[in-house]
Amino acid sequence: MLNSALLFLIYVPLMTLLALVLAVLLNSRYVRLQGLWRTLLFLPYIMSGTVAAAFTFQLMLDRNAGYANKLLGFLGVSPVPWLDNTWWARISLGLLVLWAWLGYNMLIMLAGLQAIPPELAEAARVDGAGPVRIFCRITVPLLRPVIVFSVTLSIIGTFSLFTEPLLLTNGGPANATTTPVLQIWQNTFSFLRVGYSAAMSWIYFAVIVVLALTQYFLVSRRDRYLEARG
Amino acid sequence: MSIAFRLRGEHLVRALVYLVLAGMSAFMVFPFVWMLVSSLKPFQEIFSGAHFLPQHWTLHNFSSFFEQTNAARALWNSFYIAVATTALSLFLCALGGYGFAKFRFPGRNVLFAFVIATLVIPFAAIVVPLFVMMRNTFHWVDTPWPLIVPSAANAFGIFFMRQYMLSIPDEILDAARVDGATERRIFFRIVLPVCAPALISLGIIVFIASWNGFLWPLVVLPSPHHWTLPLVLRSLQGPPGRTPYDVLMAGSVISVLPLVLGFLVFQRRLVSGIMAGTVKG
Repeated sequence: MLNSALLFLIYVPLMTLLALVLAVLLNSRYVRLQGLWRTLLFLPYIMSGTVAAAFTFQLMLDRNAGYANKLLGFLGVSPVPWLDNTWWARISLGLLVLWAWLGYNMLIMLAGLQAIPPELAEAARVDGAGPVRIFCRITVPLLRPVIVFSVTLSIIGTFSLFTEPLLLTNGGPANATTTPVLQIWQNTFSFLRVGYSAAMSWIYFAVIVVLALTQYFLVSRRDRYLEARG
Repeated sequence: MSIAFRLRGEHLVRALVYLVLAGMSAFMVFPFVWMLVSSLKPFQEIFSGAHFLPQHWTLHNFSSFFEQTNAARALWNSFYIAVATTALSLFLCALGGYGFAKFRFPGRNVLFAFVIATLVIPFAAIVVPLFVMMRNTFHWVDTPWPLIVPSAANAFGIFFMRQYMLSIPDEILDAARVDGATERRIFFRIVLPVCAPALISLGIIVFIASWNGFLWPLVVLPSPHHWTLPLVLRSLQGPPGRTPYDVLMAGSVISVLPLVLGFLVFQRRLVSGIMAGTVKG
């Protein structure tokens, strides 16, 4: 659980921010070939959570043969122990998840953005608001339910990670990347402690329900806020 | 001067935007390229890592993959399980969605709320009891049934189809009823064809999920004869330093290739399906 929480802190804020920025860019009038960019950014979805993706990253992040270290070498950075150090292993796992799910989250936000009437931003522009101000004061508040939805999905996804930690790091080093689901699986099928892992499933389920309810509460509070403003 | 400045600013912003997009896209595409390139290299070249492109192009890894493992069998297993799952799931979710969208019956809203509530339950939370049920009650371990049946009528699919069917005007259905069409005929001849776009979107999502599934097949398919592709790939992993990455990457390419091709053909439907599933979600 703690690992998942740490992992969550590592990549979810970054992923949410990136997804939001990319969605805004793709929704803006500056960008041409929007379909092409969208396709490229969304491509990893078809490999999300797969065995193939985990192994590909394992090879790319290999201390000696991997291209990640090679690229860093070009930049004059010394090799990074991607998978052999507790913190780097968490970061590597976060990187894999970010790669797989960023495009998906971007699409969710893009859907939300396209539901916002363009007149609002237009009116603000006429009133003299700059792009940054429009983004912070109009886009983000109106998009809040969608952002909360995306973050909630990410939280549930993080606590449910299984394929990636099992194959990329096997929960290690020193259990640094063990997630609740990996633990449940290990206890059931390796240690044959079915009762123990059933109890763990309940705790895990309770955490997810609390998180989902929190999301529901956050979104509905916002709706009241909108209604109050007419 | 101010106009010139603004123009230059605009150009700068535009260049920056494209730089960000190109950088992120490269990050997204690179692992695919890396996988493909590695699968065409001899083992020593992967680990010497001197060149990005193979010095000695080879298809040997692909033939090894089929020789060393039961890959042909696994390919077929993955394929027919994904097709069966998709077909059954589309049929049941369309039926369920139709019921919730177009019929009034006592307890409808309570039942629908119940279906939606099950969306919160992550699969991993029920994997242990479901496995026990599959083994002790149904005796389905080592058969394809656990992969096809339990998830066939899933809450997401029912919700997804219902949302789409809400937009079918009641008048069409009533007109058909007045003309004497049976309910079965209405469902197959009017509702399903009208929902074709939603069915395609949902079908792709279900197919990808089934094709890539790992945790559940790992649990219910212990014997190699029934393995799907992800399980075969996983079985190639050796102790540290002993994993045959050359064969592994070839297998990965084979497992991803159908999805990449399908993605290129259907990506519009997939994208709009995911976007439709979230607004109002």
